[in-house]
Amino acid sequence: MSESVPAAEEPRSVPDVTHPRGVQGPGPSPQKSTGRQIRVLQLYPRDMNIYGDYGNALVLKRRLQWYGYDPVMLTYDPGDEFPEAPDILIGGGGQDSGQDRIQQDLLDIGQRLHTLADQDIPMLMICGLYQLFGHFFETREGSRISGIGILDAETYGTDSRLIGNVVAESSEFGRIIGYENHSGQTYLGVQVTPLARVTTGEGNNQKDEHEGARYRNVLGSYLHGALLPKNPAVADFLIGTAVEQRFAEKLPELSAPSSAPLSLNALTDQARRTAASRPR
Amino acid sequence: MRVTRPYLPRPVTILIGRTARTLTKWRGGSGSAFPGLVVERLNPGFLAGVLAQLPRGVVVVSGTNGKTTTTKMVVELLRGQGLKVFTNRSGSNFTRGVVASLLGEISPTGKLDADIAVLELDEAHAVHFVRAVNPRYSLLLNVMRDQLDRFGEIDTTAGMLRIIAEHTTGGVVLNREDARVAKIAESLDQQQVRYFGLAPALRKHFPSDDDLHSASDVPDGTQSSIASEDPEQARLSAQLNRFSAGGETPPRSVPGDPPADVVLTDFGIQRGTFRIGTEEVTTELKVNGAYNIYNAAAALALVRQVLGGEIDREALLMSLSQAAPAFGRGESLTVAGQPVDLVLVKNPAGFRLGLSSFPAQGVATMIAINDNYADGRDMSWLWDVSFESLAEQGVAMVSGVRAHDMALRLSYDGVSIAALEPQLVVALDEFLAAHPDTPKRIFCTYTAMLALRKHLGSYTEVEAFN
Repeated sequence: MSESVPAAEEPRSVPDVTHPRGVQGPGPSPQKSTGRQIRVLQLYPRDMNIYGDYGNALVLKRRLQWYGYDPVMLTYDPGDEFPEAPDILIGGGGQDSGQDRIQQDLLDIGQRLHTLADQDIPMLMICGLYQLFGHFFETREGSRISGIGILDAETYGTDSRLIGNVVAESSEFGRIIGYENHSGQTYLGVQVTPLARVTTGEGNNQKDEHEGARYRNVLGSYLHGALLPKNPAVADFLIGTAVEQRFAEKLPELSAPSSAPLSLNALTDQARRTAASRPR
Repeated sequence: MRVTRPYLPRPVTILIGRTARTLTKWRGGSGSAFPGLVVERLNPGFLAGVLAQLPRGVVVVSGTNGKTTTTKMVVELLRGQGLKVFTNRSGSNFTRGVVASLLGEISPTGKLDADIAVLELDEAHAVHFVRAVNPRYSLLLNVMRDQLDRFGEIDTTAGMLRIIAEHTTGGVVLNREDARVAKIAESLDQQQVRYFGLAPALRKHFPSDDDLHSASDVPDGTQSSIASEDPEQARLSAQLNRFSAGGETPPRSVPGDPPADVVLTDFGIQRGTFRIGTEEVTTELKVNGAYNIYNAAAALALVRQVLGGEIDREALLMSLSQAAPAFGRGESLTVAGQPVDLVLVKNPAGFRLGLSSFPAQGVATMIAINDNYADGRDMSWLWDVSFESLAEQGVAMVSGVRAHDMALRLSYDGVSIAALEPQLVVALDEFLAAHPDTPKRIFCTYTAMLALRKHLGSYTEVEAFN
């Protein structure tokens, strides 16, 4: 586990030293703090961080800064000491080998994660960790890999890999845009609600039209892309929920620096529109 | 697929295949997939039969990054030794592409006037190819996250390279510094295995995807521990160190560190120092960028294995210094007296190395990102690259189908963007016009590069790309 406090918000074009893996601050020395810290914990970034999932951490960090908070970016890898009082948890996908490495450790911290989930801590788990937040992953050979069961969902390995652009509709988050790449297929139980309904692509499985799952404030999804850059509504749900719980306040206006011919919102809209129009 | 019909005689196959090739070219196609398909259907043993005539057999070059440039260097090194070399030059790195290339070069009776074939094969297609035609030598470069949406997982890709190695009859050359590639040696017992590698001091310049994963436990800001006499080298080191484990040497790939036949021991701008066997040689190079220079080590190791003791050393070093990069791979054109560098980017590791190999200072930068099939449809990879090295200068133009994705990525890294225009041709015109007196650099995905290159042809001489 490592921890550092990034620089307080500054005007545009400050060269940032964010690491492409594991979002870090600019150095070990503590920075001045507004006292409004939000602690973002990346689960298993070493083994479960593929297909741009790092982008989710970066978007949370930046948007927290642009909302006027101090993001504290934390990581947890197998064997680390579990960080105190995280406000947001995120996790990504991995290869089979990566999943093997973290599986036992995940079971070991499962109770702790259950407690956080039941305290309504917001979480976003993508692909591999989404699967392991369910009850189990059953391989094609029929052996079962235990998950931690925060999400009432079961996953079955298949021979067909579901790959391509995804467009899904969510009543809470609007249109969700992403890219899926998985061979495990997930079926939801009654304790969770689907995150969204797929209109392009497959999502959880090839049988129903569900994509992702939600239990309290825990979101699971198959969508890479990374998910949060093109779905700021989901990012702001995670941030807003954390801010509400930590400081009992609503999110202020986002003051993103304008560093392009289009505003951040306009860029995001255009990127979403393009993605939705591309071939599978 | 089981073919029950008798094969056509080779000359008839060739005639029909060539007709198909001509027809395809008339219609404006690339002239590779369709004629290849026709020939495969008519005579499934065609490829193996023709290549079996070659006295020195077939060499396969595969891996996720650098195949084209490495293959080109191998071909030029072998030609420099006086060999007649057949190669699939058109970038058609799949079986039908090889067939199509053959159709262009063989005699009507099916005689191929060459001593050896050096083929660049896409890893998935190579698996099929090596089952039909056993290569005598293979060179396996690396496994980086590359268009995983096509092949699934990085370990799957490594498995494909292992199959290539297992079907090789003579010798296999492996990248010692890529753990997945080096590990292939464990499943080989018939083949003679050799390695190309990096001196320990250089390893930090070539982070693997795994190093990037493990880098997250290390805080930033440790890069200042790297000191160097050469400011450019220091800057490069600092930048690259951000990606490796805090300036430490990345985890070693091979237990016991097997000796490599060719080791890259130092490099600079268009210059490399290689330890070839026991001899250390520094030479000027036409290729640029850390990766391309390391590819030269790969090419040298392969050529040494193919030729054994019969190498003309002077000719080898001459060829090495003259070998030009393959189109788009660090290619430099001149427009209105200013250089325009094209840098092909197709995966996170390549993009990171592209950014760090070529300093941003004093250069106008354009980035063009397409998401056609050949580029990979998944844009996730852009989030695995840090663009902070561009923050100081900013990016002059962002273009391509996914221009807005790229612009969004840059915005989250605090990189300012002067202009954004998804249409490549329009963007290129504007970019060139806006920076008449500055050297320019364009980072682009594969299909964006094809389009930009074509349009650059209206400004300057651009080498024909067959």
